[in-house]
Amino acid sequence: MIHKQDFRKLGPVLWEIPTSYRHDMRVPVRIIADDRILEAALSDKSILQAVNASTLPGLVSHIIVMPDVHQGYGFPIGGVAATRLPHGVISPGGIGYDINCGVRLLSSRIPAKAVEPHLDDLASALYANCPSGVGVKGSIRLSVKQLDQICRQGAVWTLKNGYAREEDVERTEGGGCIEGADPAHVSDRAKQRGRPQLGSLGAGNHFIEVDFVEQVFHPEAAQAMGLEEGMIALQIHCGSRGFGHQICSDYVRELQGAVKRYQIQLPDRELVCAPLNSPEGKRYLSAMTCAANYAFANRQVLVHHARRTFEQTLAGKVSDWELHQVYDIAHNIGKIEEHVVDGEKVRVCVHRKGATRAFGPGFEELPDEYQELGQPVLVPGSMATSSWVLLGTEGSMALSFGSTCHGAGRTMSRKRAKRTVRGDQLRERMESKGIHVRARSMPGLAEEAPQAYKDVDAVIEVVVRAGIAKKVARLRPMAVIKG
Amino acid sequence: MKGPYFEEIEHTADQALRVRGTDFKELLHNAALGMLELTGAIPRSGPSRDREIEVQAPDREGLLVTWLEELLFSMETRGVTYTKFELHITGDTHLVAKVQETPIAAITRHIKAVTYHDLEIEKIVDGLETTVVFDV
Repeated sequence: MIHKQDFRKLGPVLWEIPTSYRHDMRVPVRIIADDRILEAALSDKSILQAVNASTLPGLVSHIIVMPDVHQGYGFPIGGVAATRLPHGVISPGGIGYDINCGVRLLSSRIPAKAVEPHLDDLASALYANCPSGVGVKGSIRLSVKQLDQICRQGAVWTLKNGYAREEDVERTEGGGCIEGADPAHVSDRAKQRGRPQLGSLGAGNHFIEVDFVEQVFHPEAAQAMGLEEGMIALQIHCGSRGFGHQICSDYVRELQGAVKRYQIQLPDRELVCAPLNSPEGKRYLSAMTCAANYAFANRQVLVHHARRTFEQTLAGKVSDWELHQVYDIAHNIGKIEEHVVDGEKVRVCVHRKGATRAFGPGFEELPDEYQELGQPVLVPGSMATSSWVLLGTEGSMALSFGSTCHGAGRTMSRKRAKRTVRGDQLRERMESKGIHVRARSMPGLAEEAPQAYKDVDAVIEVVVRAGIAKKVARLRPMAVIKG
Repeated sequence: MKGPYFEEIEHTADQALRVRGTDFKELLHNAALGMLELTGAIPRSGPSRDREIEVQAPDREGLLVTWLEELLFSMETRGVTYTKFELHITGDTHLVAKVQETPIAAITRHIKAVTYHDLEIEKIVDGLETTVVFDV
């Protein structure tokens, strides 16, 4: 059991568990939290999982935990860890099964008031046109050859095949295509799961949400992103579907043997890993990249469906129904990046599991319009509450390997949420607030009730106080489409 | 031990199942039943099909994960659930299961994966017990 007194307070919202806490820790664990969030994090296994993750070979500096932290498996959700190339390890469990689960945000010039009379139709049409639910197939049946192309090209494949605009791809993390993918390292089973699912939302906490921009905090950034108070925006939250789940499962199984070969001692088998320069580590990195690229393409195809839906529903009713990409970010991923550690530039593999890249101004990958501002960061809240658009900062480069939070973070188990909340009543409450809901499962809706999550606004205040993000705009939901 | 023992236990983000069995074979059987209950899969009335599933792993925990993953894979790719199991194990690392597959009429929960998180099969007074965490 970890107690608050096991932490050293390093700053107003920064705490550290030193390596002296447990003999097998290789680096300290730091958490960005106020007192309330820290105390909440101690109520489950989140911090213990971060301490376990601190035993991985090749870690640099520290493990950093975000204020939306909650218990996961292996790593905590909200954990960031960087391992040094070439000998440091890569851990599939430190990235998660839903590889490149992420968020995309689109802006519009559609006034919320103008869409209100058509919102019910819009929600129904999005629900009908964007396949969602358990095991549901997508709108495109891929051949093996096409799937292999997506593995290598990601969102660029969707551009070549008429599902994207150039601005979409430019405004996607990594240009929607991470180098190093080799589908030869992906199992036939993963391909079998991935071929029918492109362009599908999935289930669980994945969603499409029609929002309106409630408040702008950074007018210059909001203008560059096309976000204006009172206008509609669209969020999409999903990942690499069964393709990514199978790739992670395959490699967690394979690396059970690798840790023995490389004589790596771990406190939890879910943390299995392999050196980045080992054959096993290279294969996993390459396969994981395939899934990351698949997820970029998946969200892009959903954008294609969403644009078609907006046109079908709103053409002739509003003057401009276009949706423009703001940005697309991954929050479950391993990325090879360069960071300054102890004054020295080093290449590391940054594991972000439930954490968002948040690079500051001047990062060359960013499109011109974001160069001087920093990278857009998209933080969805729980259903019926705010979502946030932020900017990455130089502070995040110094403190958190260029990362910030990814959401509100759960506080209540799904089991307890279902005992506490009835899905049909939650739906009625949301509808009474003017939020249109489409969901396949009422128990599934209950699991995602706002009561099951932390207050996202409190999480955002903490990351802003820590200097790892800046506020740009707050969004409010008008229609929620749940998988 | 009376009837198949499995119980969903608290987990903040995902789902966890405590499973018991008088022996390893029963533990594997109960884990499968428990996982199916978590998915809420309802079989469609009508014809079912017998099938044999064979899985291997280096140890007991690995066999448990591989077995459950095998069932999830068929549920997703072929849209089937399971109405009968007959398990035969050799040592702790090899399982042959005769199963009855039936198309799924409805399902409420998507399980992404079976994890190895803190997975340990432990001896208890009247058999074996473990806790499996599922990514959902």
